Amino acid sequence: MANLASSFIGIKSPNPFWLASAPPTDKAYNVVRAFKDGWGGVVWKTLGTDPPVVNVSGPRYGAIHSNDRRLIGLNNIELITDRPLELNLQEIKQVKRDWPDRALVVSLMVPCEEHYWKDILAKVEETEADGVELNFGCPHGMSERGMGAAVGQVPEYVEMVTRWCKQHSRMPVIVKLTPNISDVRQPARAAMRGGADAVSLINTINSIIAVDIDNFAPVPTIDGKGSHGGYCGPAVKPIALNMVAEIARDRETHGLPISGIGGVTTWRDAVEYMALGAGNVQVCTAAMTYGFRIVQEMISGLSNYMDERGFTSIDEIVGRAVPNVTDWQYLNLNYVAKAKIDQDLCIKCGRCHIACEDTSHQAITSMVDGKRHFEVIDAECVGCNLCVNVCPIDNCITMEPMTGGTDPRTGRAVTGEYANWTTHPNNPMAKPAVVAEPAE
Amino acid sequence: MATSAPDIASGRLAAEDYVRNFADIHPPLDRHQALVEADRCYFCYDAPCVKACPTSIDIPLFIRQILTDNPFGSAETILEQNILGGMCARVCPTETLCEEACVREEAEGKPVKIGLLQRFATDYLLAEGEGQPFERAPATGKRVAVIGGGPAGLSAAHRLALHGHDVVIFDAREKAGGLNEYGIAAYKAPDDFAQAEVDFVLSIGGITVEHGKALGRDVSLAELKTSFDAVFLGMGLAGVNALGLPGEDLPGAEDAVDYIAELRQASDLSALPVGARVVVVGGGMTAIDVAVQSKRLGAEEVTLVYRRDREKMGASLYEQELAATNGVVIRTNAKPASLLVEDGRVAGIAFETTAEQDGRLVGTGETFTLPADMVFKAIGQAFVPAALNGSGEAIALDRGKIRVDEERRTSLPGVWAGGDCAATGEDLTVAAVADGRIAAESIHRALIAG
Repeated sequence: MANLASSFIGIKSPNPFWLASAPPTDKAYNVVRAFKDGWGGVVWKTLGTDPPVVNVSGPRYGAIHSNDRRLIGLNNIELITDRPLELNLQEIKQVKRDWPDRALVVSLMVPCEEHYWKDILAKVEETEADGVELNFGCPHGMSERGMGAAVGQVPEYVEMVTRWCKQHSRMPVIVKLTPNISDVRQPARAAMRGGADAVSLINTINSIIAVDIDNFAPVPTIDGKGSHGGYCGPAVKPIALNMVAEIARDRETHGLPISGIGGVTTWRDAVEYMALGAGNVQVCTAAMTYGFRIVQEMISGLSNYMDERGFTSIDEIVGRAVPNVTDWQYLNLNYVAKAKIDQDLCIKCGRCHIACEDTSHQAITSMVDGKRHFEVIDAECVGCNLCVNVCPIDNCITMEPMTGGTDPRTGRAVTGEYANWTTHPNNPMAKPAVVAEPAE
Repeated sequence: MATSAPDIASGRLAAEDYVRNFADIHPPLDRHQALVEADRCYFCYDAPCVKACPTSIDIPLFIRQILTDNPFGSAETILEQNILGGMCARVCPTETLCEEACVREEAEGKPVKIGLLQRFATDYLLAEGEGQPFERAPATGKRVAVIGGGPAGLSAAHRLALHGHDVVIFDAREKAGGLNEYGIAAYKAPDDFAQAEVDFVLSIGGITVEHGKALGRDVSLAELKTSFDAVFLGMGLAGVNALGLPGEDLPGAEDAVDYIAELRQASDLSALPVGARVVVVGGGMTAIDVAVQSKRLGAEEVTLVYRRDREKMGASLYEQELAATNGVVIRTNAKPASLLVEDGRVAGIAFETTAEQDGRLVGTGETFTLPADMVFKAIGQAFVPAALNGSGEAIALDRGKIRVDEERRTSLPGVWAGGDCAATGEDLTVAAVADGRIAAESIHRALIAG
């Protein structure tokens, strides 16, 4: 068993798996159940000012399913906690006292006036919680009232509120970012300028998950109407991974601790987030789909992975892939790969052929010597990887890099010498001298 | 062997056992099961399953239509190619056709359940009661006679009606449907599905069925040729192959096809007598059907004896397993040698074991005897040309069946043929449906050209 202990901005937890601020962390009952099942920490569902908000008494969630109804994406229109502030604070204090080894961070969202933040921070501090997370991400309901994403979308506000929080509290401050913005680095930089100890991302993505085509209203439908909600679950992971990487490799925010959120369902997802720079991960949808017990798979999977790879601490994973995230212009244009079909594994479904034939480069046969046979035509193959992705059989089609000889498609020798777009003769902006990516 | 009265009795089982034993052998998929199963289809390019289907149904497309919650469209895709898609979904030996060709069979030994998915879609359309998804073309004024209201005849009639021709089906029996109605194991098509499908096919309009009209007895080919613009022959196989042994016409020796027909028409299965000890001679689908149904009627011992080894059996491996799991004992490499006759009825059958020498089957001289209350002959059916050629000009045959070309034209101008009576290929429902459709398209081309 590898040592999974995590210290994220000084907040200790026995493993890097936290529950995100969301329905699963709305009250002591749920949080205690989560801790019993092994979660390393929780971010308590967002507290606001009294009187508490009111949630709809109808469907709050909508989902995208696979055909066997595996939940792929979830959207919600639930607001922040609808319980009285004092009740939440009492429970937080009790839970932290009972579970001192677990991380307990409190999510906050109050109007954009300094006194609101000052007041609530003082109250949270009394609970002896480990830190606060500023909810600048919630895309529905609260944003209509000038909170949540309405703050997160304006870097100046992000910086201002973060600064208030750092001024009025000794607690570590995590700023939770909204993905509903064109360049996530802007609010991340603002949070850093405001003194944030870390950012967490992503919050949910603005979405209409489905339309009821019998009644012509968005899903979930409340008395005939629907509203946009926050999209999360496995489907959003690629978007979140990119945003995490953007912040991790940005010159200004490089090194700013990141708590990775968005579709984390398995230990592997967690490793991917950490490799791109996340110090820990937060989970919601997977727990809401399968219950808290999934954390045991995550712990076991991460531990086995670390043992297998010889990692003794999760810090050895964090950021390990960041140097390999680059801009397109620095990709090696002299690298040549060709698809190769393992004829022993091929089941002759022909999907590689039709994908290539109809939509790509006409580089896969369907018939050879009158027989159904799928084979890559190297002289046409640009190495795009589409066939690999559409093939239903694991490892049947692989991309094989050329290490020498001549590319039969271009007739050019494969030297393996690195050369990117910045120096390419077709690039009108080419700078002959620059051959390598500048160091970070 | 002690002489005793044969033990042939009805009502061997409790009422609920009959219900259970003759209920749907493959319960239909519900909507969720269909979606999950449909999701397994890879939507192959130039899909092997389509090539393996005698009616060339666009299987990946109809499965995708199920997947996208368009079961009506799915049924349309199926029925366009195979108007008896509902019955074929129930009786096709999919394990030797589409499902054998499915790439998932090669990948993991578990093909997509194409037959059950086809049933899901066609059942949906029939259950919706929306009737025909097809509309007839304007009337052409042409008339076509169809001999036989089985799968080939119904398929031909529907396609011809679709093209605007008027069709008269002459069927020798009381009900149309052919082997769908009178053959086939009852548990494959319960709830009177065959007639429901006949009604569905006829609902296109323009088709009249003359029941109880047999070719050569009630109508002649010569008169049909003069009173109709074209004739399609789809009368199936009227003859049953004989064992060629003394005593086979005595009580106790039965034709499997007759017994199955009786079973299919029985309103009360508990009133149908079955032997305690049953021996079935043969190795095809009919042999399996009669063996399994005898067992399910309460026969105590059912032995199926086939003259060659298992690989040569006409019944698929799946059917063989079905027989085995129903308690039928399958014995191979033994041919009938003689029937045991006692008190004027068959009381058993002696077999000689066989071996193959240079591809030829020879007896080894070793024999064994199986006492039996009933011996079923299921060694194949044969085309009886007498009725046909006794009623018109001679028609050319090929290996004992009607010779046809690729378009299912016979040697007589204006006469097409298909189904089991034509020398086209396997004697399968689905092959008959294909013949009927192909012939109908050829007839249509001839009629509009003429």
